[in-house]
Amino acid sequence: MSSSADSSTWPLWEVFIRGSRGLSHVHAGSLHAPDATMAIRNARDLYTRRNEGTSVWVVPADAIMASDPDSKGGYFESAQGKSYRHATYYTQSEGVKHL
Amino acid sequence: MSPQNHQHAPLRLADEADAAAARDEAESGQHRFDEIIADDSRIEPRDWMPESYRKSLVRQVSQHAHSEIIGMQPEGNWISRAPSLKRKAILMAKVQDEAGHGLYLYSAAETLGTPREDMYDQLYSGKAKYSSIFNYPARTWADVGAIGWLVDGAAIVNQVPLCRASYGPYGRAMVRICKEESFHQRQGWEILYSLSHGTQEQREMAQAAVDRFYGPALQMFGPPDGDSPNSQQSMAWNIKRFTNDELRQRFVDMIVPQVEALGLTLPDPELKWNEERGHYDFAELDWDEFFAVIKGNGPLSRQRLEHYRSARDEGAWVREAAVAYANRASQEQDRDRAALIGA
Repeated sequence: MSSSADSSTWPLWEVFIRGSRGLSHVHAGSLHAPDATMAIRNARDLYTRRNEGTSVWVVPADAIMASDPDSKGGYFESAQGKSYRHATYYTQSEGVKHL
Repeated sequence: MSPQNHQHAPLRLADEADAAAARDEAESGQHRFDEIIADDSRIEPRDWMPESYRKSLVRQVSQHAHSEIIGMQPEGNWISRAPSLKRKAILMAKVQDEAGHGLYLYSAAETLGTPREDMYDQLYSGKAKYSSIFNYPARTWADVGAIGWLVDGAAIVNQVPLCRASYGPYGRAMVRICKEESFHQRQGWEILYSLSHGTQEQREMAQAAVDRFYGPALQMFGPPDGDSPNSQQSMAWNIKRFTNDELRQRFVDMIVPQVEALGLTLPDPELKWNEERGHYDFAELDWDEFFAVIKGNGPLSRQRLEHYRSARDEGAWVREAAVAYANRASQEQDRDRAALIGA
């Protein structure tokens, strides 16, 4: 194949962009880069060519822990059936102002 | 499940239990997958998915990525010869976008478990396919305009419905790409507009470029529906939303008024409005040529691949140096840390 350099693969980074001041960083995508400095530069070129960001975070992809997708929703089920956690559950105050 | 968990059970039973567990998982996974597709919701990277869905997506998304990467070449050639500094800057921005689109798509394909290097190697070895359109040369400056207007225009018609593809990362990459692609189409149209409103010679150059790219651009939607075996499955999985012929028709309907605004014509004597269908009728395309180009006999098939290979080979030392630098920096950091702890 092309050369031996291809065996030393650049690690994968996840990229988070702050769209403008006052907003949180949001996942934009991923890229490969040899180190953090290059990852940030590449992220700027790849994900902010049209003023999409005012700040960039890069995180090594293997540093991210995720919930198990195989839990078939069970993991998040405890939030279901608990409508009392929402303001709309309480109806007696209807018509009463500022409540 | 590791064998240690079954130390007391005969190995054969353990294997059977594993197989049964895998079957259960596949069954409930398939059920959940079918539900998500039926709801027109999105499949995400860590979800269970049928192997055929995964394979089909890797093929489609990586081919799409390769097309963006090879697609830099026809226009890249014109950067140094663009007629003004502004045109050069615009063309560089466009070619940089194509590189970016390739990278978004490789990232999406990678989430399906295929390493990036494998995809690069498949393109390098010639095993992977990419859109045939990029095997045609950009002979004149007007061709750069025709590529922007017709090739990127066809790509947009193809890609807008892909923003709703059932695989989340693919759809998200497409949203980003579509936002950037409309500048490509407009700048191409403007190049042709300038030429078609210039001298007689420029006007002829513009018309010749449209004549060259019309057929190949229409073929970008793929073979007619009857000859497109993968389409049906792809539509059942909500990856593809419209058939090749539907998208091709949409594109023709779109470009007829656009070519009129340019003051040029499309090279199809059979092209005419069909009141009954509410669409333009157009002539059958040269499918023999299409399949010949797909098989690697396009005008520039060999040159495109050779150029890709040399760019990759010649850039190898840069990638090696970057890795060496990163390794040394992290070693020095480790040493500094060890020295601090020792102090």
